Amino acid sequence: MRIWQAAILALAPIVVATPSAVQAQGSLNVYCSVQAEWCTLVANEFQKATGIKVSITQKGSGETIAQLKAEAANPKGDIWFGGTGDPHLQAAEENLTEVYKSPNLAMLHPWAQKQAADSGFRTTGIYAGALGFGINTELIAKKKIAPPACWADLLKPDFKGEIQVANPNSSGTAYVAIATLVQLMGEDKAFDFLKKMHANVNAYTRSGTAPMKAVARGETTVSISFIHDGVTEALAGFPVKTATPCEGTGYEIGSISLIKGARNLENAKKFYDWALTPAAQKLEAQAKQFQVPSNKETPLPPEAPKFADIKFIDYDFAKYGKATERKRLIARWDSEIGALPK
Amino acid sequence: MTRRTPTRAVAAWALSGLAGFLLLPWYAQQEGVLAFDWLPGLWSQVDSASGLALIVAHGRWWLTPLLPVLLAGLAVAFIRSDRRQRGTWLMLLAGLGLAIFWLQALSIGLRGWNADWLTATFGEIGGKQVGIGMGATVVMVSLLGLLSLGLAQRGAFGGDAFVAGAMVAVVASIVLFTAWPVLRILLQAFNSTDGVFAPALLIERLTTAKIWSLRCLVGGGRCGVLWNTLFLALCCGAGTTVLGLAFALIVTRTGFRMKKTLRVLTVLPIITPPFVIGLGLILVFGRAGIVNQALDAWFGIAPTRWIYGFHGVFLSQLFAFTPVAFLVLIGVVEGVSPTLEEASQTLRANRWDTFRTVSLPLMKPGLANAFLVGFIESIADFGNPIVLGGDYGVLSTEIYFAVVGAQLDYGRAAALALLLLACALGAFFLQRRIVGTRSYATISGKGDAGLPVPMPDGLRRLAQGIALPWAGFTILLYGFVLVGGFVKIWGRDYTPTLQHYAKAFSIESGPGGLIWTGAAWGSFWTTVKLAAIAAPLTALLGLIAAWLLVRQRFVGRSALEFATMLSFAVPGTVIGVAYVFTFNVPPLEITGTALILVLCFVFRNMPVGVRAGMAAMSQIDRSLDEASATLRGRAWQTLAHVVLPLMRPAMVAALVYGFVRAVTTVSAVVFLVTAEYELSTTFIVLRVINGDYGLAIAYSCALILLMLVAILLIQLLVGQRRLGRRAAPAPAPLAARAGA
Repeated sequence: MRIWQAAILALAPIVVATPSAVQAQGSLNVYCSVQAEWCTLVANEFQKATGIKVSITQKGSGETIAQLKAEAANPKGDIWFGGTGDPHLQAAEENLTEVYKSPNLAMLHPWAQKQAADSGFRTTGIYAGALGFGINTELIAKKKIAPPACWADLLKPDFKGEIQVANPNSSGTAYVAIATLVQLMGEDKAFDFLKKMHANVNAYTRSGTAPMKAVARGETTVSISFIHDGVTEALAGFPVKTATPCEGTGYEIGSISLIKGARNLENAKKFYDWALTPAAQKLEAQAKQFQVPSNKETPLPPEAPKFADIKFIDYDFAKYGKATERKRLIARWDSEIGALPK
Repeated sequence: MTRRTPTRAVAAWALSGLAGFLLLPWYAQQEGVLAFDWLPGLWSQVDSASGLALIVAHGRWWLTPLLPVLLAGLAVAFIRSDRRQRGTWLMLLAGLGLAIFWLQALSIGLRGWNADWLTATFGEIGGKQVGIGMGATVVMVSLLGLLSLGLAQRGAFGGDAFVAGAMVAVVASIVLFTAWPVLRILLQAFNSTDGVFAPALLIERLTTAKIWSLRCLVGGGRCGVLWNTLFLALCCGAGTTVLGLAFALIVTRTGFRMKKTLRVLTVLPIITPPFVIGLGLILVFGRAGIVNQALDAWFGIAPTRWIYGFHGVFLSQLFAFTPVAFLVLIGVVEGVSPTLEEASQTLRANRWDTFRTVSLPLMKPGLANAFLVGFIESIADFGNPIVLGGDYGVLSTEIYFAVVGAQLDYGRAAALALLLLACALGAFFLQRRIVGTRSYATISGKGDAGLPVPMPDGLRRLAQGIALPWAGFTILLYGFVLVGGFVKIWGRDYTPTLQHYAKAFSIESGPGGLIWTGAAWGSFWTTVKLAAIAAPLTALLGLIAAWLLVRQRFVGRSALEFATMLSFAVPGTVIGVAYVFTFNVPPLEITGTALILVLCFVFRNMPVGVRAGMAAMSQIDRSLDEASATLRGRAWQTLAHVVLPLMRPAMVAALVYGFVRAVTTVSAVVFLVTAEYELSTTFIVLRVINGDYGLAIAYSCALILLMLVAILLIQLLVGQRRLGRRAAPAPAPLAARAGA
């Protein structure tokens, strides 16, 4: 008899719930969507500056917003730091984040202030990264072709089967690329361009960062990616260089948002304000990341792509960040490009 | 069969329930129940009050009915009446208690009533509820205990209280931790993205060309993800079964000298953290990989990209899942009775005919199970398609990106997951049709003095022709991976270095003893601890479930069998989101704890334990159970002394698999890890994302070593099955079992 009781009792420890969510004063739960070293630095420095105990959970921005949505009934995070802007805008649209106007807002570049205003102050830019090309220098030298300098170059027969770009169904990067082309050329011409480029594309990868990795390892010659990813690969020792298109290009705004229902609201606000200061933003370069910080006063590291040399379009985050517009453009991409035979 | 009336058991369960109600805090404790900081506030503080205190002192009237139910349970123990009547009473009481328990737990939550219509009907309720704690858990388990006693006394399951208890435990835990979360997320398929119920959307979601398109057959364009998935899964199931069988035959039925090496090799891929195989294959076969570069340099063949797409995913899945098929098949091939084979030869059948008409048919359940596992592993696999899939979309990647991609559409993810489940269900029923209800039992109580018949020569050569090149290939790939940890940049700069290992696993001696300064230590120890807790639970639950499914006849057997497979056939991402959805809110609020990780491991990996257990069990003749019963052995004694010792290979498989998958799983735990409980795999994946391959590979190699040690330990602890069969000419096949 004892044994079968033990069998059922064995179930007991499985069921015993002992949550250990930190609710005490002086702590902060950060969901961090930038690179690991950067996350750790930010956590340590904020802790040093304020004495608030920081627990940091690192996840990609797509995963973080999925988590916020799943946790919405009982949020466990306080603040969401970093990661590309679209998911932050999406979270704002779905009412997963809180309105907050940081007193430091005025110190930021105009693009960051505009993004905050566009989202109804539910998110604020902390850095920006330009869209461009990743180029494998060894392959391009071997094939003796000129590296692409403009969008138009991507249609050259030289690049047949040599371009990799992500699939907008799954990748925010690819969506930024399409939205950029649409704003640059007009919608119908942009889709004509994509159709012509299709002959040169070897794969539409599922993940947005995969094309740049493929460039680094010599699996493809050219990718359409955020150029700061290329800087990371180059520093890791791969033969990668980047370029931005001469016609003009779009960019992403890495953002910060206050999670709705945050348990440590006051600390989260402190973190929010701090993240917009040069003291916090200079940590990025320390972690070998090279997006452009949003605070005008933050010193720029020498390796960072010079934003002054890049021709930008006036990217309309308010329009192209909307879920309906995104759905429509992706559906059009699906029927006109995704369905084309290889 | 007469049994003692277990009044003492009834009293014990009722008393334990009452103790839980009176002496333990009802709700979950911030610091955990073992901190005992709740003791002073057991009556006065609402957060740490017992059930009774909540009713009397804190106005939680809705808990009141539980007290009389438990008292009545205790009374039943002391009232003289016949078994059936007592059983009926117990069942009614326990059922009532459980119904009340869950009704109040689910309808009153963090903000009072959980649904608007409840507030509208009953008005605001005074008081809110956080997650259940130790007190509530003990009460619930006690009620389940009373329920099982009631069932047994009413004569269910042969009146055996152990069987009833095991059944209630298995069903309750599967309902709680598999069915509930999975169904919850699948119901999202009927909701719009804003959470509004719109069943028409499901049809729209399931009828797009993206799923069903057959354009790849009629020239031009891509096929739908469903066809992609099914084609890949069929190839993978068949391929892994053939390879697994070849390895199993070589190891058990030939005098092949390097069996131990072979066994280790076949197990290597199963203990390899995700992404490593994919990355290794890219570095070998990718456009810039060594094979293509050599072809280019020597023969001028321009490098191609064939590895991206179906071929690459298929290859990597064969790598990854052949070991699982092998683990399922090895026990089965060993279990085929040599006597039957000898009889066949006595009847002048040659070795080939013997194999074809005797051995092979007896392996049928094993083959079908191996195929099913390979098939389902393939459709649920995420790591390989994401690395090597390129344009070749399958359901699991499609689902992942529906959740975390630019669409953020849980409804679409759930609809696709439903489709994936339908595939798994289809395979499951097909397997049942093929295996049928015939008996495959060849391990009986009779002494079996036969010698295993050597394989026909042609077959032996075939098996070796398949298995040996594969083994060589594995060695090559792993050699390449091993090197990756010791060079500066894998695939680029092959200067030898130890910097990756130093970065991950450095230890410094400080004033207060050793300081674990390496970046990987935190996640490493968490992983070891949680996997070591999860593995035995996985094996125990899996084997008990298998035993119930094979040996007990009861209503809803097929439903239970399918429910055990449910969490396996749903992609990890969906499971992860389902767990957050279900267990982030009371009554079971366990996100952010180590417990939810362990639960996720156990219930996600249990199906392999169940399959291995069922395959092994269907070979063990029922007469052995009956013999034990005739000797007045009770069900648990039969299980412990007869069945389990004969199931050692299955036990090893379940334990190994439980441990290994806990260490290597990624997609399911991405949403469950926290700063406090970071796991090795999430650490590695983040490194890979940063392009820090050296560290990722070094860490992976350390994990491989860890898992090899764990597997050896498991083999040592569980021991071997002694079948009382004579050994074939040396080297003895059973002695060669070590090492895997």
